[in-house]
Amino acid sequence: MEKIPILRMGDLLLVTIQVDLYDRLAETLEADLVQMINKASAKGVLIDISSVSIIDSFMGRIIGNIATMSKILDAETIVVGMQPAVAITLVELGLPLNGVLSALNVEKGMELLRKRVSTKENNHMQRRRGPQHDHS
Amino acid sequence: MIILNKESMSIIREIDVIPMRHRLKEYAVKIGMSLVNQTKIMTAASELARNMLKYANGGKVNIEVISKGRENGLRLTFIDHGPGIENIELALKDGYSTGKSLGLGLPGTKRLVSEFAIDSKVGEGTIVTVTKWKNG
Repeated sequence: MEKIPILRMGDLLLVTIQVDLYDRLAETLEADLVQMINKASAKGVLIDISSVSIIDSFMGRIIGNIATMSKILDAETIVVGMQPAVAITLVELGLPLNGVLSALNVEKGMELLRKRVSTKENNHMQRRRGPQHDHS
Repeated sequence: MIILNKESMSIIREIDVIPMRHRLKEYAVKIGMSLVNQTKIMTAASELARNMLKYANGGKVNIEVISKGRENGLRLTFIDHGPGIENIELALKDGYSTGKSLGLGLPGTKRLVSEFAIDSKVGEGTIVTVTKWKNG
């Protein structure tokens, strides 16, 4: 069966969709990604959709699902490289993908993802050190 | 109105939507449709093909290149012999779905195309016709 590869870069996962999406393939990706986040204790997921020429309501929903599921598993998802025509079509279709973080390209997406992951870690640390901080 | 070209494809399996999208893309490029409109008609077709697969176990699509006055366009007719739609008005409402989807399929598709017509008889099947003009 066809599969979309998921690359691991430290605590981040990278997915580049280079093939035509159809429903089953998108569903498989959703399941694989969630498994992988868990297995690799990933803190962030970057999905590059720059070569995806159409996203309809089903695939849009899967992207939204992935973002929601990874959030529950304490990982951030960023979708990068959406083609302008795809963005126009999605909004007109009625699926504005609220709640999905996005960036213009992979480079900017990585930057944003790293920033968000590290602020989250800092916040965790600060919370742990919290009381001592107040006294000093 | 003149029909310049006509082709029929059957949509039996999920993966059949991919050749359909490729074919549409070819025709859309041939008549010089803008990228945004290409994306819109391909997305609309994807939604309608999914509906056929989901509710009627598949069907067929006629793809026609049409011309009216100075305007060229693509006309797609999706024909299935499924259970039909009981309440068309309701099915065209945003957010209404008998399945588990978001209910964007039909109303969303309607927004993406220039002309939209639906004819359904309970127990006989459904015919959905959409037209996208090159500049429409």
